[in-house]
Amino acid sequence: MERDTHFILGVYDDEDVLLHAVEKVRGSGVKIHEVYSPYPVHGLEHALGYKRSKLPIAAFLFGMLGTSLALTMQFYMMKFDWPMIIGGKNYAAFPDFVPVSFEMTVLLAAFGMVGVFLITSNLKPWAQPRIFDVRSTDDKHIMAIDLANNTSLKEDKIKSILTSSGATEVNRKSFE
Amino acid sequence: MQVTSSVRQPLVTGGKTYHDVTHDVSRQVEGKPSKLWYMAFLTAASVLALGSIALVTTLWEGIGTWGLNKTVGWAWDITNFVWWVGIGHAGTLISAVLLLFRQKWRTSINRAAEAMTIFAVICAAMFPVIHMGRPWVGAYWALPLPNTYGSLWVNFNSPLLWDVFAISTYFSVSLVFWYIGLIPDFATIRDRATGLRRKIYGALSFGWDGAAKTWMRYESVSLILAGLATPLVLSVHTIVSFDFATSVIPGWHTTIFPPYFVAGAIFSGFAMVLTLMIITRKVYKLEDYITIGHIELMNIVIIITGSIVGIAYITEFFIAWYSGVDAEQYAFINRATGPYWWAYWSMMTCNVISPQLFWIKKIRTSIVATFLLSLVVNIGMWFERFVIIVTSLHRDYLPSSWAMFYPSWADVGVYLFTFGVFFTFFFLFAKFFPVINMAEVKSVLKSTSEKAHK
Repeated sequence: MERDTHFILGVYDDEDVLLHAVEKVRGSGVKIHEVYSPYPVHGLEHALGYKRSKLPIAAFLFGMLGTSLALTMQFYMMKFDWPMIIGGKNYAAFPDFVPVSFEMTVLLAAFGMVGVFLITSNLKPWAQPRIFDVRSTDDKHIMAIDLANNTSLKEDKIKSILTSSGATEVNRKSFE
Repeated sequence: MQVTSSVRQPLVTGGKTYHDVTHDVSRQVEGKPSKLWYMAFLTAASVLALGSIALVTTLWEGIGTWGLNKTVGWAWDITNFVWWVGIGHAGTLISAVLLLFRQKWRTSINRAAEAMTIFAVICAAMFPVIHMGRPWVGAYWALPLPNTYGSLWVNFNSPLLWDVFAISTYFSVSLVFWYIGLIPDFATIRDRATGLRRKIYGALSFGWDGAAKTWMRYESVSLILAGLATPLVLSVHTIVSFDFATSVIPGWHTTIFPPYFVAGAIFSGFAMVLTLMIITRKVYKLEDYITIGHIELMNIVIIITGSIVGIAYITEFFIAWYSGVDAEQYAFINRATGPYWWAYWSMMTCNVISPQLFWIKKIRTSIVATFLLSLVVNIGMWFERFVIIVTSLHRDYLPSSWAMFYPSWADVGVYLFTFGVFFTFFFLFAKFFPVINMAEVKSVLKSTSEKAHK
């Protein structure tokens, strides 16, 4: 069977039922492809066994880059490239460089992290998402199970596991 | 299904289901605009068109068209700038600071408040740009570009330059924060639509599919953006206050300015959020999402920040007396009793006395009273900036150069222009964008009920 083409979908109405269902389904040996929700469900990433996102590290590194760029720029321009006496201050008036350094830190941290987020999550204006069920952006949580990843279990068995875990509907969806 | 708790007040009333949330918010985007919307939009667009005459005249003739004179060299331009920036503080405060403090009531109002922030900052940024007189060469004065006479750079010791960095960072980070929040809601509208609308909202939603992994990253991004935006929002008005506080003009040279300006910004920002949200909830019938509870909480923020501002006014007077500096004492006595006494006392009445009415529960839970007081606060905060800027300048070091400031028609017109820009953008936003963050409201729909965390 081809990967990423034939799916069994469990439709859940309630986030708490969903959380228990994810544990139950994974407990009975079914590999979950992904769960699609209309809003963030807290604890779902733990139930699915996802590793913590590394985005905070990206934000920190971009922030450090912003600080260093800003300080380098200001010291280079004010102290080395064209020194001028302004208000009797030192050429390298560090306290005066703090606001711009802070702003550049925030700017680069925010843009860098969001950029990494968009790239890793494949979010772009021309992206064509694969929609399992349009209700997943409205009021239903959709659990997708790739049949090709669960060849050891029969389709009917997976369906019955989903139903007993609290799914209100169980559907089959195939993509070309 | 929403289950109401017997202990905690629900954040969303009316027993809404998840689908109701989607429907109530998307309906505004999908339906034809009402007559009321057309009227409001056309009014705003006409103000913009009228105001642009003043703007074009100012750019063509130069800032000589304004009422400035050699004593009062900053007046309405910088007053309007600080006023708009202040208004632009509520959105990020609501979405970032209240997110860090886990105040879930923010979810109904953060979208519109952030939109307001972005439009207000656009209006604010116009004034420093225009007041340069020749904005087309302004890039050399505002950005670190080597100019044509050698590699002479901008002055990083100047708070005016810090302002350039602060405002542009604030604008772009707020815009990104706002847009990231909009992506899941655009996807909701995309999945309800067909044809052209589906294509447009499909592009706007960046191919969002609501996968648990993406939501996990999204939550991580929101939290860090909130963590970055919190010190940012405090830094912006701090740096704006440095424009004055680092100078040696009596009345400006005050160390209390940063916290006092930040409190004032939150104060005026919340007032503007209330003004707009009271109209929006009425026109779009969103009373179940923006409840009296929300209005009351915002009014409490107004009492607190209004009182901080009041204490700051009194502290300035005390320090002027306590410092024993004649010039400082004169500046403050002149503020309260000099030729601009009326501006000073308008400020005191609007900002210090009137918000105290919110101590009375009946007033802070009344929509009419809140609406009127929110307008009063906005007027008061404009006067605050006018008082600080003009009364400190108009009595110069030489009595022979003492002067008054009289606004010209171009001053009024450029101010009107920014109102046109602000409301035109806001009405377009209210029509084409989901005014309430659907995904976030859905995520608090259940957790504020009894069944939560079982």
